Amino acid sequence: MPGLGTSFGRGGATQTPRDMAESDCIVIMGSNFAENHPVGFRWVLRARDKGARVIHIDPRFTRTSAMATDYVPMRSGTDIVFLGALIHYVLTNEKYFKEYVVNYTNAPFIVKDTFKDTEDLEGLFSGFDANKKSYDQSLWDFEREEVKLPDAEPKTLSDKIAYATKKGRPKTDPTLQHPRSVFQILKRHFSRYTPEMVEEVCGTPKDKFLMVADALAKNSGRERTSSFAYAMGWTQHTVGVQMIRTAGILQSLLGNMGRPGGGIMALRGHANVQGATDLPTLWDTLPGYLQMPIILRKHDTLTDYLKTESKPTGWWVNTPKYMISLLKAWYGDAATDKNDFGYDYLPKRIKNHSHYNMFKDMYEGKVKGFFCMGQNPAAGGQNATFHRKAMAKLDWMVVRDPFQTETATFWKEAPEVVSGEVKPEDIKTEIFFFPSAVFAETDGSFTNTNRMLQWKEKAADPPGECRSDTHFTYELGVLLKKLYKDSTLDRDWPIKNLTWEHYAPNPNDGWKVHEPNSHAILKEINGYTVKDKKNLASFLELKDDGSTAAGAWIYTGVMPDEHTNKAAARKGDDYLSLGWGFCWPANRHIMYNRASADLQGRPWSERKKLVWWDETQKKWVGKDVPDFAAAKAPTAKAKDEGIGLDFHSGSDPFIMHPDGRVQIFGALADGPLPTHYEPVDTPIKNMLYKQQHNPAAIYFNIDKNKIHGIGNDKYPYVMTTYRLTEHHLSGPMTRWLPWLAELQPELFLEISPELAGELKIKTGDWVTVETERGKAEARALVTRRLQPLKHGGKIIHEVGMPIHWGYAGIAKGSSINELTLMVGDPNVTIHESKAFTVNVRKGRIRQEV
Amino acid sequence: MAERVGMLIDTSTCIGCKACGVACKEWNELPMAPEDKVEFKGLSYDNQGHLSDTNWRHVKFIEQFNEDRSDSRWLFLSDSCKHCQQAGCMEVCPTNAIIRTEFDTVFIDHDTCIGCRYCVTGCPFGVIQVSDIKGTAQKCTLCYDRLQVGEQPACAQACPTDCIEFGEVDSLMKLAEGREKLLKSQGYDNVRIYGKSDILGGLNVFYLLLDKPDVYGLPENPQLPQKNMMKSYTFSIAGMVATGVLALLAFRSRRMSHKADADQDQDKAV
Repeated sequence: MPGLGTSFGRGGATQTPRDMAESDCIVIMGSNFAENHPVGFRWVLRARDKGARVIHIDPRFTRTSAMATDYVPMRSGTDIVFLGALIHYVLTNEKYFKEYVVNYTNAPFIVKDTFKDTEDLEGLFSGFDANKKSYDQSLWDFEREEVKLPDAEPKTLSDKIAYATKKGRPKTDPTLQHPRSVFQILKRHFSRYTPEMVEEVCGTPKDKFLMVADALAKNSGRERTSSFAYAMGWTQHTVGVQMIRTAGILQSLLGNMGRPGGGIMALRGHANVQGATDLPTLWDTLPGYLQMPIILRKHDTLTDYLKTESKPTGWWVNTPKYMISLLKAWYGDAATDKNDFGYDYLPKRIKNHSHYNMFKDMYEGKVKGFFCMGQNPAAGGQNATFHRKAMAKLDWMVVRDPFQTETATFWKEAPEVVSGEVKPEDIKTEIFFFPSAVFAETDGSFTNTNRMLQWKEKAADPPGECRSDTHFTYELGVLLKKLYKDSTLDRDWPIKNLTWEHYAPNPNDGWKVHEPNSHAILKEINGYTVKDKKNLASFLELKDDGSTAAGAWIYTGVMPDEHTNKAAARKGDDYLSLGWGFCWPANRHIMYNRASADLQGRPWSERKKLVWWDETQKKWVGKDVPDFAAAKAPTAKAKDEGIGLDFHSGSDPFIMHPDGRVQIFGALADGPLPTHYEPVDTPIKNMLYKQQHNPAAIYFNIDKNKIHGIGNDKYPYVMTTYRLTEHHLSGPMTRWLPWLAELQPELFLEISPELAGELKIKTGDWVTVETERGKAEARALVTRRLQPLKHGGKIIHEVGMPIHWGYAGIAKGSSINELTLMVGDPNVTIHESKAFTVNVRKGRIRQEV
Repeated sequence: MAERVGMLIDTSTCIGCKACGVACKEWNELPMAPEDKVEFKGLSYDNQGHLSDTNWRHVKFIEQFNEDRSDSRWLFLSDSCKHCQQAGCMEVCPTNAIIRTEFDTVFIDHDTCIGCRYCVTGCPFGVIQVSDIKGTAQKCTLCYDRLQVGEQPACAQACPTDCIEFGEVDSLMKLAEGREKLLKSQGYDNVRIYGKSDILGGLNVFYLLLDKPDVYGLPENPQLPQKNMMKSYTFSIAGMVATGVLALLAFRSRRMSHKADADQDQDKAV
């Protein structure tokens, strides 16, 4: 999410798969699009049929490579070098879209002289605290003009907050020549990312790299657009967020953002991953990407929180409206301005509570009970052995899944239990297994990869005692509320006042199993007026005075009145299909689409027209819902004293950001510009800097989680992990299904004939893969789809394994997470399962060869 | 006859996802292969091996890489019964259990099938297998039951890239010719249609291939069973048996091809 959010303002994919059919060049990197998103991939094929270049850059030749016009190999974990070299190519050969770069990005902004680049500090930026392993980001601010405020007194809470936190406008040099302009800093930062460096670090032949650079340059500009698609191949690295940032910078330089067939397609790995982060199931945000309060920032009171989190300029000036409406949705009449709308009752984070820290706390006995719903940590958690050890320390655990997953049965079936190392009677955890309903057995919506909510109707009652997660959660809430009904303790206020009754199932819904009222849930998410419970049609109607309620402001408009559920709309057409489902925000399909027009509001070209200013109607019109103030003329002047969108001119398309522009230079925990660091397990040292790994990476000092480091002779091969079309995640939804189990029945290791020859391995042989974390056994699949790559004088072999297996189900096998490492990227604490090192030997785990 | 329907399998857009095979099994209630046969086969990403009584559809994975990988490709082909105009299986069936439907597809009637296996050897594509459990010959029905209620076959419905296109054969052929032309213009020099009238009078389920049929394990020039029989008889008997026998066989052969031609003419008339 922050990869795209830092650059453009929102974390969602900027375009839609359908729109990719309009691309002239599609670069798929960090994604196996065809195998893992087969339905969306049809649009890539449509583009290819129309003559587009489809380039797949990947360590493995996959089913996606098979469909691409060009395949380019590389070593896992070196994407920033490849992408950085593309930036270098575009800058040095003047292939960037100058008018776009000068006016729509922060390239002309001037950075304070307290900023020092990785070029000056051997791979670090200024402000690094080696003890805390974090940066002081204030050193990276821009030089700013004096702060100006409107003459009028602030009226609303949002205005007051904005006045109090307003910053001056960044100083700029539109000629891009100032040595501390973002443009010049960028040029210098990527100066060592050359085609030769790509060959040495990525192992990609120089001519293949130059082919990609040339294709992108030729297919960008006024007349043509290129798009990028990525997935977990970019996210699952200790520098994953910065990989996405690099692509964001490149696409902005080429002028491909907000335009038809242009953008960055973040491919989500599950039907509802986007929905799960929107609402969210994340530990650090509240619905609609509001920050979860944390004691480490000034979040003591609601006002403190709003002053810290809302932005005086740009769209986030509205934060108070969204936050207060959320509190009203949750606590109803009990939330008043007298009690800060119940803000104090929200739990405050005290540290990083991400998945790994939660399991670390579990292992240390700090977590007593655990609800495991839609997750399978015993097979799917990095360093799976540790995950099982942690769960064995719980008092109780509830597992909800359609089948008895590895997590439900670890106490009797885990490898360490089978081997006798751990005895079931020593595991004190009491496990409750609740069979869950599947998706066709309940109403509801999915929010797909292009931010589109699509409603689905219940088709059948779930069998026996199976119930949906919604049903379970609702019933649990009812019981808890009953339990706390008479409590006089202040701490029980939130559970007593949580609005819940309106979810009650309708006993006359015609089914035997009555689900909670999904329309009532959708209405709450959408938002309504508190006084007369009238649905809201747009988030523009949300107020910061407690008169509106909305569970997730970004979804407002999905249910504009009591009888309209836009998520269930099914009117398609031959392009964006605005009448099909509902794309947040406000049914905008291509985000930042103001950038599809020039400064005067005219399309950059007839071929690539999308949204433009209509002078007669005095509004923005076109093929998509404009992602811009509807009637703000392109010639509108920016107001230096203004707050919110008034601070932006009519030609500042990136409305979420304080300055209305792409943040080419944008602060993240590991720096304002992407920098290549080697994975924490790597065969070679960092060729670019003295600094080897991401300096801000999060390490977990726990049992059997040892890092291999650089060039460890015991673990000489690079491993990458991935999915297959035939299975999903750790397999809870697929390995139990006979029709899918037979298609990919066993774990396998993909290995090149060159390495297989050295190790005397043939296809079908059993092989054991080892790390300091554990062992996994698999069948060998010797294939030229994997290849050794030359890095300078050194040959590096890469092998690969799919992630889907575990010890339960019909299709059984080792979990590759016996091998993986718990380590975190500093921005989102994601692991690095896409690039680590292993040893491979012939034979099974318990049969030395 | 209502219309001659079939499918175009466009290998240029097949991504090898196997959704067609799963949809086929789900609709036709075909079981997983016997548990002892479910194992890693090492045939690229194919763990089913071939068409069978439980696999009415099977996706082939063909990896072709030279040593330095400068020439590399991974081809996919979703295979099934071709519903031939001159169907060998039909010809050899002694109980007339294999019939041509009102959709001009080839259908095995399980009430009259005696499981004799003649059709297994009669099919030049190795499509049919007799089920040990059911005792009858098994193959794709082109979802006869779905066609009867105006639905397309399950595989075509499930295909995410429209690589399996269902429809009236003549219009599918036009579509295929357009695709062939487009792909040729994009540098796929060896692209071709497999299953025009030169192959067993035409295949209702036909293919757009990116290369020669043998690359995909399809016979270049598949023969009807009686032609094979003729050949083997020629080898074993020619020296000793009177020419009358040969004449008799030749007569039979001619009659059969006449019959097929007549069938074709009849199709055109309809």
